Amino acid sequence: MTIALETRGLEKSFGGLRVTRDLSLKVVQGARHALIGPNGAGKTTVINQLTGVLTPNGGRILLEGYDITGLSVHKRVLRGLSRTFQINQLYADLTPLETIGLAVSERMGRGGDWWRRMGTRNDVNAEISEILSRFHLLDVMTELTSTLPYGKQRLLEIAVAIAARPRVLLLDEPAAGVPESERHDILAAVAALPREVTVLLIEHDMDLVFSFADRISVLVNGGLLTEGAPDEVARDPQVRAVYLGETTDV
Amino acid sequence: MASILTNLFDGVAYGMLLFVLACGLAVTLGLMNFVNLAHGAFAMAGGYICAVLVNQSGWPFFAALPLAFVGSAVIGIALERTLYRHLYSRSHLDQVLFSIGLVFMSVAAVDYIMGSSRVFIKLPAALEGQIDLFGVGIGRYRLMIVAICGLLTLALQLILAKTRFGSRLRAAVDDPRAAIGLGINVPQVFAFTFAFGCGLAGLGGALSAEILGLDPYFPLKFMIYFLIVVTVGGSSSITGPFLASLLLGIADVAGKYYVPKVGPFVIYTVMIVILLWRPNGLFGRTAAR
Amino acid sequence: MTALSDVSTHAMASARWRISEVAFWVLALACAFLFPSRYLIMTDIVRLGLFAVSLDLILGYAGIVSLGHAAFFGVGAYSAGLLALHGIINEPVIALVVAGLVAAVLGFLTSFLVIRGVDLTRLMVTLGIALLLEALAERFSDITGGTDGLQGIEMQPILGRFAFDMFGKTGLFYSLIVLFILFLLARRVVHSPFGLSLRAIRNNPLRAAAIGIPVNRRLIAVYTLAAFYAGIAGALFTQTTALASLDVFSFERSADLMLVLVIGGTGYLYGGLIGAVVFKMLQELFQSITPQYWLFWIGLVLVMIVMVGRARIHRWVLFVPNLIIRQCAGRKAAVTVPEGDAP
Repeated sequence: MTIALETRGLEKSFGGLRVTRDLSLKVVQGARHALIGPNGAGKTTVINQLTGVLTPNGGRILLEGYDITGLSVHKRVLRGLSRTFQINQLYADLTPLETIGLAVSERMGRGGDWWRRMGTRNDVNAEISEILSRFHLLDVMTELTSTLPYGKQRLLEIAVAIAARPRVLLLDEPAAGVPESERHDILAAVAALPREVTVLLIEHDMDLVFSFADRISVLVNGGLLTEGAPDEVARDPQVRAVYLGETTDV
Repeated sequence: MASILTNLFDGVAYGMLLFVLACGLAVTLGLMNFVNLAHGAFAMAGGYICAVLVNQSGWPFFAALPLAFVGSAVIGIALERTLYRHLYSRSHLDQVLFSIGLVFMSVAAVDYIMGSSRVFIKLPAALEGQIDLFGVGIGRYRLMIVAICGLLTLALQLILAKTRFGSRLRAAVDDPRAAIGLGINVPQVFAFTFAFGCGLAGLGGALSAEILGLDPYFPLKFMIYFLIVVTVGGSSSITGPFLASLLLGIADVAGKYYVPKVGPFVIYTVMIVILLWRPNGLFGRTAAR
Repeated sequence: MTALSDVSTHAMASARWRISEVAFWVLALACAFLFPSRYLIMTDIVRLGLFAVSLDLILGYAGIVSLGHAAFFGVGAYSAGLLALHGIINEPVIALVVAGLVAAVLGFLTSFLVIRGVDLTRLMVTLGIALLLEALAERFSDITGGTDGLQGIEMQPILGRFAFDMFGKTGLFYSLIVLFILFLLARRVVHSPFGLSLRAIRNNPLRAAAIGIPVNRRLIAVYTLAAFYAGIAGALFTQTTALASLDVFSFERSADLMLVLVIGGTGYLYGGLIGAVVFKMLQELFQSITPQYWLFWIGLVLVMIVMVGRARIHRWVLFVPNLIIRQCAGRKAAVTVPEGDAP
């Protein structure tokens, strides 16, 4: 089995606080891997290190066997590691068309074209239109992102990440804050992600995790508590104690 | 050797003066992330208040100094309550435009009222000349500046470390949102700090008239110095700005004395080297987040 | 496939010429013919407008606040002056381009300092670089003429055919043509994928990097381009006035420039041009009241603009033009200012 994404002995501290402790994680190619953990377990810090926003104090990150620990954020994207954001970070005053266009242009290496008007390359346009239709955004493609319903915005969030054609996709709470009525679209979009894309899902919502993931890692206090198939994790008494016990009363 | 020490002492005096002038800016920047390019205008106000009191009303120099502090602080709090407080949540561009506007208005207004030529404050005879300390010539006036600014720095350090207000202020600088959650009235802390910082700038302005020169263009001429102090020194403590001020003062005096041909460029070179080396300033966290 | 053609039509929509834009340029050209006695001030406005377009590229599109944009203006001005004074390049258009390139090189070199760090660091660096250049120009007075400035610049005819005349007619049309060409280029650039990526960076650099945009490289590129524009504006200044003195580097020039741009509005290129017109009219007005305290009024205008709110000011500035445009061409054609330039 090929490993798509791997961390070896990842360490991160803020001041005296160790937020990531000796974290070694292996995500198998094509996996639907979930990273769960109670609030404050350091999930976001892990994501930020994987994507290059934060530099780890120790340890290494490998993408398909290639060491990306020192790579800048955009270079990791071009190497095939893409992410969605938990809190809405979309461009409020751009349209879905422009947002997807940005990502597609960059992936095709045409993002720096300064002499050419937008919309004049058919290969770029074709891909934009394909992605917009796949994520049901064609009808709203010329509206400002800030005016879209929240569910559409979450779809756009996933669409932007997919537009970079990642081989590994980090999904940071894709359904957070989405009203029940629009939830189905998001879950369908997540379920419909192509199998060759490896997905690491960071999630709070246990229903989503157990319906989606084929492997689960549990993060507690910045370190790995346990890892296994969903039914193993669900049965693990330690996990029940620190995590599932917490969520049952939510 | 003696001249090196004399220059070093001059540099220290200059640096401490810069610290008193700029430390209020560092704290307000750390607290509200407010870029106030008009800080020098408050220093100029203090300088002119002192000059008018001493030269025209015949006050003794040492009696006029506290008035320079109070006068600038009052102007500061008045502007904070009427104008500044509306701009804390605005973009840095707005803050920059606004404070440049204030600088321009203050420059033209002082020019109109006081004239455009440099103003000298009549000093008491006791502060003139040099004293000889182990063969090192030390200017009396600069010695007084080191004494006053040194005491002020110590006092500030104590206020920040020991008093209730100091701990509230530090909490607010660390994380304003958390501080509000703890029940600290951050706007009030800020208004007070702003006024105090303006007062210190005013005092610095009065003290610096003799060394830096006092004319209507003061806020523009020294804007870059204040910016260097706060960017190089950071705003997480007052130690950073203090060390940055000393470094700047010594570098500037040494540059102008030893390499007069390129003297004015020394501080810019220092600035560029520091930025290349540590883009977020020498000391800890940067001022603006 | 209709979706595909839809995508390409809509993607190109923002770059399409609007009637209001055509009207703007026709009006500008008409002014040049209608007011022969005002060539000098109109040349001044055109120059300032070009300079403001340059600042708009970095401030309005890329979100870089600069306190020292005059650095590039000054370098362009002195380059053009020195080229003409020593007869190195006599043809003004070639000299203009060379002066712009010199400024661009400086912009490229200093961009590495500017893109690092936060807004505050950028303020310090940009201001510091302009002051440094001013000090250098003063120090090397044997080259720059020091405080007297460059004396005795004589301009050769443009393209060897159009001589500069004492009324400034050639100067105005020359400046206007240069402005128009560079404006077309800037317009093309901001409506390109590159321009769109700049807007993304201004709004959220972190997110831009997560999309795959090389943030630093884009900022360096646009900073260099803006320096080129500012250098051209400076060179135009020297060529049309036959002057270059230390005040080309001054902080007041950089600050005035920001005022020009915020009067007209950032992020749509026309803001700089409209701002230049309004600014010059304000200057004429205030200087007729109190010539020596002009600085006070600039300051007051800056404070007022910020207190009232920039977005509101722009609606006022554009109110009359938009009213006319709506009458002639319907609601859609009106000029709008992009909102939301958050910090």
